[in-house]
Parts: sequence; structure tokens; C-alpha cells
Amino acid sequence: MEIVVLIVIVAAIALFFVATYNRLVTLRQRVKEAWADIDVQLKRRHDLIPNLVETVKGYATHESTVFQNVTQARAAAVAAGASASPQERAQAENMLTTALRSVFAVAENYPQLQAVQEFKDLSENLTATEDKIAFARRFYNGNVRDYNTSLQTFPTNVFAGMLGFGPEQYFELAEATEREVPQVKF
Amino acid sequence: MASETSPARISIYDAAAANRWRTVLLVVAFTAIIALLGYFVGEYFYPGGGLAVLPFALALSLGSAFTSYFAGDRIVLAQSQARELAPNEETELHNVVETLAIGLGIPVPKLYVIEDSAPNAFATGRDPLHASVVVTRGLIDKMDRTELEGVIAHELSHVGNRDIRVMLLVTILVGTVALLADWMWRSMFWGRGRGRDRGGGNAIIAVVAIVLAILTPIIATLIQLAVSRQREYLADASGALLTRYPPGLASALRKIAADREVLEVANKATASLYIANPLKDAPTFLDHLFDTHPPIEERIKRLEAM
Repeated sequence: MEIVVLIVIVAAIALFFVATYNRLVTLRQRVKEAWADIDVQLKRRHDLIPNLVETVKGYATHESTVFQNVTQARAAAVAAGASASPQERAQAENMLTTALRSVFAVAENYPQLQAVQEFKDLSENLTATEDKIAFARRFYNGNVRDYNTSLQTFPTNVFAGMLGFGPEQYFELAEATEREVPQVKF
Repeated sequence: MASETSPARISIYDAAAANRWRTVLLVVAFTAIIALLGYFVGEYFYPGGGLAVLPFALALSLGSAFTSYFAGDRIVLAQSQARELAPNEETELHNVVETLAIGLGIPVPKLYVIEDSAPNAFATGRDPLHASVVVTRGLIDKMDRTELEGVIAHELSHVGNRDIRVMLLVTILVGTVALLADWMWRSMFWGRGRGRDRGGGNAIIAVVAIVLAILTPIIATLIQLAVSRQREYLADASGALLTRYPPGLASALRKIAADREVLEVANKATASLYIANPLKDAPTFLDHLFDTHPPIEERIKRLEAM
């Protein structure tokens, strides 16, 4: 009799471990997939910048510091993309965003440049890419939140570390116009 | 429709899992309805022949379920006279769709346009990998950027939640039931039914068959409508959560409601797919029972309360 009870208890515990483990793997996988989305958009932004710099350079010949800054910031962001953690990457990307803003500020002083089709296309493309980065980031952070919550609630938090699961980092960009989450009530 | 958990807290993964069960349930329920209908038609025309009809009824219902699963989106797109947009056409719309798809974590769906000036939109397909979003020319022309984002976010929520599959299956299965009942109804009036000459037990079967012929299409339609109304609220909510800007969709719905134009290519079967009822049909006393969509005023009110 005791044997049966023991077997049932052990089986229940084993089942619980398997279910928890599988759920954590699924959630972590979603975080990784979401991260890949951000990565694609960041790379796209890095690819657009050299063209932008070339185009603006053609008209604004006396602004070499601005171009140097953005080129450096881009190189740093690309380097961070190879290995760094989400936090370090976000820092590099924030630097790049600031540098890009100064390029556009410079461009505003050259009315002829504003009329160039290539410049218009590039700035439209960059704006669209920034939008996509913002949305990809939101999706990623949502998945990180789900995973971390799962990880840090009882009883998972007791043994998640033993199974090799650690919390994931949020991807935080400095964004002035982040909209608030609407409250949905039914 | 009141629910304890706010739908915005449900991730698309949960909504998708719920819809997977709903799909199975729907196919089983409709197969049962069609089998029952088939059985009694068989008994009616040929006493004792009901069981012989059963395999055909099953084949028909499963056949239409399979057809709608694999080809339903193409049928609906062709019926709506939708044309696929090339990547260099309507770049702003393409951008909106791509951006919001990224925010929802789904592949970018194919984009179609219906050349009609009535503003409306729908999404269809069997899963996010085989999904299409359809907008009318009127929607592109009459909506500004935030309104367009609101509408597209609503449609993409349908894709992400796997609503599109349920909607497609329901549309075509209801169509099959209606067709069967109609066909049965006619043959009872004009038919060569042999059962009528005989008395006794056949009278009961005849009554059951007639009642079924009347009731099944009504029940099937009610299922369709009930399911579709609830889903619209959910898609409004998750769309608003995606754009973080509920007034966009609210304003779009207001514009669509104010527009009196009828979308020519929509019909009773496809009406429930659209973001707002495209038929603009006159209200009857059964209005609310047979609404494919919740009242727009109510949807706007809920969006404004977010």
C-alpha cells in the first residue's frame, strides 16, 4: 500500500517537473524568436545609414564631425550586435539614434537636399525601420515579461535555476513618445 | 459577453490555443448536424435507408470542412474580387501592415485590395503563414494613418488569434448546412418521397425531418453570429493594445458607420468576415439576433473607455 502511495507521489512530482520544464523552454524560445525580429530591423537600420551619410555628405560638405560621429556610432552598434547583451546593445543603439538625429538636423539646413528623391526615400525608409524596431521591441519585451514572470513565481523559482533557466533582459530604448498601455475592461 | 478576465491580458498564444479547440468543436458539431439531417432525409425518402445515407452525409461535411480549410481563403478572395497588391503599390499601407505584424510577432500576411469605394476590410486564411489581409479602395482613400493602423491592427489580431480559420470554417460549413436544408426542403414539397404513402412511424419521421429542415439552418446561423460578435470585441481590444492608441480604431469605425455605401462584392456568407457589416441592411425586429457584428456604437464606446 505504502509503495503505491510513494509511486503516485513520485510520479506526480516528476510530471510536474516535466510540465514546468517544457513550459519554460517554450517561453524562452518565444523570447529568442522575438529577439531575432529586433535583430533583423536593427541590421536593416545599420545598412541604411552609410547611404544616408553619403547622400547628405554630397550637399553638406562642411559638417565632417557629424558624419564622423554617426559613422562611429554605427560601427559601435554593429560591433555590439555581434555579441553584446540586450542592455549593451540598447545603449549602442541609443547613441546611434542621437547621432542620426544630428544628421537630420544638419540636413534641414540644406533645402536642395530636401528635394533629392534619394534623400526622401532614405529618410522614409529609416522612419519606417524605427517604427518597426519600436514594435519589435514591444513584442520582445512582452515575451520577456511572460517568461520572467513564469520564472520568478512560486514554486518555479525554487528550482528554475537548477534546471538552467535564468531571467532574460528587457530591451530598453530611450523613446520620448512611448504611448501608454490602454486599460481594457470587459 | 461579459467576461471576468480582460481579453487584453490574453496573449495571442492563449487565444490561438482556445481557437484550436473551437475549430475541432465546430467541425464535430457541424458534422453531427449534417449527419443527423442526412439520416432523417434518408429515412423520410426511403424508410430504413437513413443509415445508407450517413456515409454520404459524413463525406459531404468532412469534404466541405477540408475544402474550407485548404482552399477557403482562395474562394473568399475570388468571390470578393480582391487583387493582390504588389510590394511597390501603396507603400504606406505595406509599411503599416509590416510594422504591426512585427509588433504581434506574426509573419507579414499577403495584402489584397477590392476596388470599391465603400470603406471596409477583412482578414482570411488558415493560419498566420497562410494569411491574407484585404482592404477596399475606399478604406485606403478615406482613412488617415492612425485610423488605418487601427483597422489593420484589428485584422492582424484576427490572424494572430487564429480567428481567421474558425471564421472561414464557419462560413463554409454554415453554407453547406443551409444548402442541404434548402435542398431537402424543396424535395419534400416536390419530391418523390415514398414515405408519405405509408402511415405509422413514418409520420413521426416526417415531422422530425421537417422540423430539422427548418431548424438546422437557423441554429447554424445563430452559432455563426454568436461566435463572430464576441470575436469582434476581442479583436478590437487586442488591436487597440497593439497600436496603444484606441482612438484610431474608434475614429475609423465612426467613419465606416457614417458611410452609407454598400460593398457590392459582399454577401450574406462573407459579411461576418468584415470589420463592420458591409451590407448595411435595414434593421428588422430580429435585428440583434441576426447581427453579424456588435453595434458599432457599442464598440466605439468600449474603445473610448480604454
